[in-house]
Amino acid sequence: MRAADALVKALEKEGVQHVFGIPGGAIMEVYDALYDSSITHILSRHEQGAVHMADGYARASGRVGVAFATSGPGATNTVTGIATAYMDSSPIVVFTGQVPRSMIGNDAFQEADITGITMPITKHNYLVTDEKSLLRIVKEAFYIASTGRPGPVLVDLPKDVTRADIEFDYPDKIDLIGYKPKIEGHPRQIKRAVELIMKSERPIILAGGGVRISNAHNEVLRLAETIPAFVVTTLMGKGAIPEMHPLSLGFIGMHGTKYGNYAIMDSDLIIAVGCRFSDRTVGRFSDFAPNAKIIHIDIDPAEIGKNIRVDVPIVGDAKVVLRDIIKYVRYKQRKEWFDYVNKLRSEYPLKYEFREDVIKPQFVIEKIYELFPDAIITTEVGQNQMWAAQYFKVKYPRQFITSGGLGTMGFGFPAAIGAKVAFPDRIVIDIAGDGSFLMNIQELATCVDYGINVIVCVLNNAYLGMVRQWQQLFYNRRYSATRLRYPDLSFEKIAEGFGAYGITVDKPSEVEDALKEASEVDKPVVIDFHVEVEENVFPFVPPGKSLREVIG
Amino acid sequence: MKKSIAVLVENRPGVLARISSLFRRRGFNIESLSVGTTEREDISRMTIVVKGDERIVEQVVKQLNKLIEVIKVSDVSDNSVHRELALIKVTATPDKRAEIIEIANIFRARIVDVSRDSFIIEITGDEEKINAFIDLMRQYGIKEIARTGVISMARGSKVTTA
Repeated sequence: MRAADALVKALEKEGVQHVFGIPGGAIMEVYDALYDSSITHILSRHEQGAVHMADGYARASGRVGVAFATSGPGATNTVTGIATAYMDSSPIVVFTGQVPRSMIGNDAFQEADITGITMPITKHNYLVTDEKSLLRIVKEAFYIASTGRPGPVLVDLPKDVTRADIEFDYPDKIDLIGYKPKIEGHPRQIKRAVELIMKSERPIILAGGGVRISNAHNEVLRLAETIPAFVVTTLMGKGAIPEMHPLSLGFIGMHGTKYGNYAIMDSDLIIAVGCRFSDRTVGRFSDFAPNAKIIHIDIDPAEIGKNIRVDVPIVGDAKVVLRDIIKYVRYKQRKEWFDYVNKLRSEYPLKYEFREDVIKPQFVIEKIYELFPDAIITTEVGQNQMWAAQYFKVKYPRQFITSGGLGTMGFGFPAAIGAKVAFPDRIVIDIAGDGSFLMNIQELATCVDYGINVIVCVLNNAYLGMVRQWQQLFYNRRYSATRLRYPDLSFEKIAEGFGAYGITVDKPSEVEDALKEASEVDKPVVIDFHVEVEENVFPFVPPGKSLREVIG
Repeated sequence: MKKSIAVLVENRPGVLARISSLFRRRGFNIESLSVGTTEREDISRMTIVVKGDERIVEQVVKQLNKLIEVIKVSDVSDNSVHRELALIKVTATPDKRAEIIEIANIFRARIVDVSRDSFIIEITGDEEKINAFIDLMRQYGIKEIARTGVISMARGSKVTTA
């Protein structure tokens, strides 16, 4: 069988239903094989878009996302997408074409050393140098991408390899002596964790993206309700428990809720689940929660003790470890702490000043939440992302999709496309800024082409808003290169030009109608909300400060 | 603090690149690195000497363990045998030859090449011994040095095998 056909057959065996990509010379054999396959291929308009789509698909569904690109520029265009997936531990497999083996290293046309380039941003990668190893590698790639701490795997396919003749002998076993993720937590550490929990007077659970990955939501909720403890999340952990739950204090960090930040700083025990204590979440490392003992549960041992000293390290799968802990913990009354935190919550609510004459971006998010509380939300990066995180209360796991670690502008729109492909019957909304949306706006063509009807809500403030905010606060309002407005730009017309549907909204009173209209149109929709231009995101913990040093 | 870390890896192309890429990316300092095959031909053993405090060394070990092709990582700093081999080409004028040979003997070093005006001396030992020998050779004029980097193995019954 032609190796390319065997590859496509292997993908079918892995349960792949959708592939996102763009063909080119070096990967033509594979595309030729795809022609007869049951797999649906979505042709993106830029390889970066294809990888973000695969990533969004993976984050929304929990299945491995797959992207194809050709050699050289096709492969290098995937880099930002791969790095984005890597930072947020998203399981994707990227197949790239490569020049024939005999030409590798000769600077051939469209040759790039993509395995060398992506070494630091993949969980693992392969250059297939022997066609006989192709199927083993495909099997390993899916296994590595989706197990342990998930992440992107890249497989580079020299053209002559894809053309070679091989037996279709798809392995059903994996033999990787150097890769055995640890699932069960160590019993002694679990015992120590339980002791700390039972001793604690002011416990708090910090839930990260690992909760979603390991499907540990029910366990987090049960632990919180049993002990009981409040739950804060990282940005990636949003949705770990429903954010309207009385024990939820929202997300913490640079733009997290004040009450969440204060509560974790005042806690005496942090039960951290599947998070990596990033600088954006914990502020200045040395001042983080000075009186708290820390239990850190993570499947990646390298995350434990990397940024923050930990009292009880537990390496294992979040769901499995939490189940063990839940078995041994009991209810304990902690009225003083609960009264204190509830007082924080009522004293420091999220707030903004509503106005009749100009649209506040926060108001748009509130309306989106009010009208579509079940929608899958993706975001771009910057102010739009933070307002979305603050004002959209996530109900269920995998509902809120955002580029947390790498902070990739241009991620949200293609990610929304990927999510919509995974869940065609759900409303999928990309909350965007005008700067971010322009970074992958070409994918409007993809949406229209395949009838992937996502809604893009552009919070158009005519600035690279987050940078402008920092310039205002830290650079004496010297708005260097952050102004975006040029008089004739119309997202409505751009949308129409692509064959999508565009709406422009200038007044707060029109926001609701525009959103309703968008959900009724049978087309991809771009709503251009002309919002307050110099609105800032508050609360705000300046970079390098402790979570107590909040502005706004 | 210096630590010697033994790393067993799959003997495949690109593994060394992966490991050096990891060190560069994470800002770890490699003091020395040596690679060779083991009792199994599909497995290579690296000895990496890193400099850094406890926390950094712990991260090095954990990050190495995350690489798919890394099979085992052990700290072999303490209670271990550390050896390095060096070849030193030293100026050896006729009037100094006896003196150099005498010093070499004290260090159990061997003269492996003799030419009209120089020796190549082979010496094995731990790092301090080799450094001390090199220092003594400076007075005669060192023309060239090649060192292998340290290899280490724990004493006694403790083994690092796949």
